[in-house]
Amino acid sequence: MRASRLVRVAAQSLRRNTMRTLLTMLGIVIGVAAVILTVAVGYGAQARIREQVLSLGTNLIVITPGAVAQAGVSLGAQTFNRLTVNDADKLAREGTTFSGVSPVTMTRAQIVGGAGNWRAAINGVSIAYQTIRDWPVQEGTFFSTDDLRARRKVAVLGQTVADNLFPDMNPVGQQVRLRNEPFTIVGVLSPKGQTASGADQDDVVLVPYTTAQARLSGATFIGQILVSAASPADIPAAQDELRAILRESHRLAKDESDDFTVRNQSDLAQAAQGTTQVMSLLLAAIASISLVVGGIGIMNIMLVSVTERTREIGIRLAVGARGSDVLTQFLVESVVMSLFGGLIGLAGGFAGAALLGHLTGWSTATPPSAWLIAVAFSALVGVFFGWYPARKAAHLDPIEALRHD
Amino acid sequence: MTAATGPAPPVIRIVGVTKVYRTGATYVRALGGVDLAVESGEMIAVMGASGSGKSTLLNIIGCLDTPTSGRYELDGRRVDRLSRNELADVRNRKLGFVFQGFNLLARTSALENVELPLLYDRSGRRGDTAALAGRALERVGLGNRLSHQPSELSGGQQQRVAIARALVTHPTLLLADEPTGNLDSHASAEIMALFQSLNDQGITLLVVTHDPNVAQFTKRLIELRDGRLIRDEPTRDRRRAMDAHLAAMA
Repeated sequence: MRASRLVRVAAQSLRRNTMRTLLTMLGIVIGVAAVILTVAVGYGAQARIREQVLSLGTNLIVITPGAVAQAGVSLGAQTFNRLTVNDADKLAREGTTFSGVSPVTMTRAQIVGGAGNWRAAINGVSIAYQTIRDWPVQEGTFFSTDDLRARRKVAVLGQTVADNLFPDMNPVGQQVRLRNEPFTIVGVLSPKGQTASGADQDDVVLVPYTTAQARLSGATFIGQILVSAASPADIPAAQDELRAILRESHRLAKDESDDFTVRNQSDLAQAAQGTTQVMSLLLAAIASISLVVGGIGIMNIMLVSVTERTREIGIRLAVGARGSDVLTQFLVESVVMSLFGGLIGLAGGFAGAALLGHLTGWSTATPPSAWLIAVAFSALVGVFFGWYPARKAAHLDPIEALRHD
Repeated sequence: MTAATGPAPPVIRIVGVTKVYRTGATYVRALGGVDLAVESGEMIAVMGASGSGKSTLLNIIGCLDTPTSGRYELDGRRVDRLSRNELADVRNRKLGFVFQGFNLLARTSALENVELPLLYDRSGRRGDTAALAGRALERVGLGNRLSHQPSELSGGQQQRVAIARALVTHPTLLLADEPTGNLDSHASAEIMALFQSLNDQGITLLVVTHDPNVAQFTKRLIELRDGRLIRDEPTRDRRRAMDAHLAAMA
């Protein structure tokens, strides 16, 4: 029998029992919708985290002080924060695989000026910071190499700080006081949004790290060194190189472990995504159980249908249908049910995800592969759970089947 | 038929056919060596009490079952050792069935019911199956009932749809199992008149019945008892069903 006819015959017999068909399909509809919904929420969360981590910068490598634990014992206690500006200078001087290096000194201080005062992070950075973080200024300019060299008291405001201190005017050219030192505002950064952990990246003031060390904290240790590799392919080589340079700079013996930690963006992304990934996998697994339950529903109804239609099967066999024809007919029926249910479930899952995103503000996203998998999987459920009833129908004895009432 | 390559083979040639069923530990001999030859154009009544083996014989002739031993040639081809699939193909191409209970697909139009055997034709020769089915329905006088469902038709009309379904593949042999068993005498005469007219057009017919009145309308009568043929003779006092029909009307 030709494919179009098979589908027509299947649709015909499914229509004869519309209510039953719809209720059977409902199992698959709910199963697929649940899977799509959980995948949408999980995938959306992960996409958002990845986006946030990528927004940290280009080919970013982050060096933080302190060693990672070794054999469960942290070896970093005595060596805490031995990163210095000299390390950053040495990296910038000797590195061959880096496109930029910037130390980041970190402190918090009260900023006075404009509309009042505001407390924010004050980060001392180098010129390269702007390109490493891929963070252009919206107004004014970033500070210059001259500013850095001369330790000038200039500042670039993050968007949140600018909004709070200068709600109605352009802050460029204005003055603010940091720890009682007057700083001239030379630029305002474009908004960057939240980090993966929810911190506001725009709640920051950037100053030259030389100025920060001389005028603000006085500390020689720094919180981070940011390095950007020349290209994504250079990241592993860059990590190896900067470790070698830092170990030399810190005069570490061969058997000593690193007294700093190096992480690149994919490490950061993975760490941030770890929990969500496990959660969304777990949710999808629970959701797919309902798909299996839906499949069992199909099997149940197909078994009833085969018994009810024994005489019809007998008639078909008598007029020359082969066992394989009957098998195909019943398989097509169950696949049509599960596939249709799958498509409706897909639409329902999408609508549900959109509604959920709208109501809760969560970002939801479904990769195209999820559509394909959902549809293919529901068809597979139809074949798997339709097989046994269809085989039972195909193996009926025509004489017995014709006598059945 | 031009340039005959020899005498046409008989439609049915059965030699020493037996059928033994096993029920638990005991064996039941349903057919104990039956010989039968049916030529093209015959119209035969098969009679016998229930348990005489006539259903078993019909099932074997209809390729729904295979004999335990013996030889069965249908249209010159041995069919007693065929597989399930081969038997299905033979039923599709060579045989047409008419049952006592009509056996039409419910909630399916007359046209689609008649189309059914064509859907299972593997030769791929059938072109417009709907047109062929329509022509078969016209042949049984139901050209104006194509889209009716069985529940909207009288018993006689339903049986005529079933006959159209049996005819649509142009089978070598038409098998009818108690075709008038569920019909009143009026509709019975109508169906038998239709059979006679089809037989006049050259169709070979085998009718299983226990009703002597039905047997009267055939040309040859065979009778089974305990799995053996006990009678095989031309029908005496053969009647035209149309006459009986008209007589009943009067």
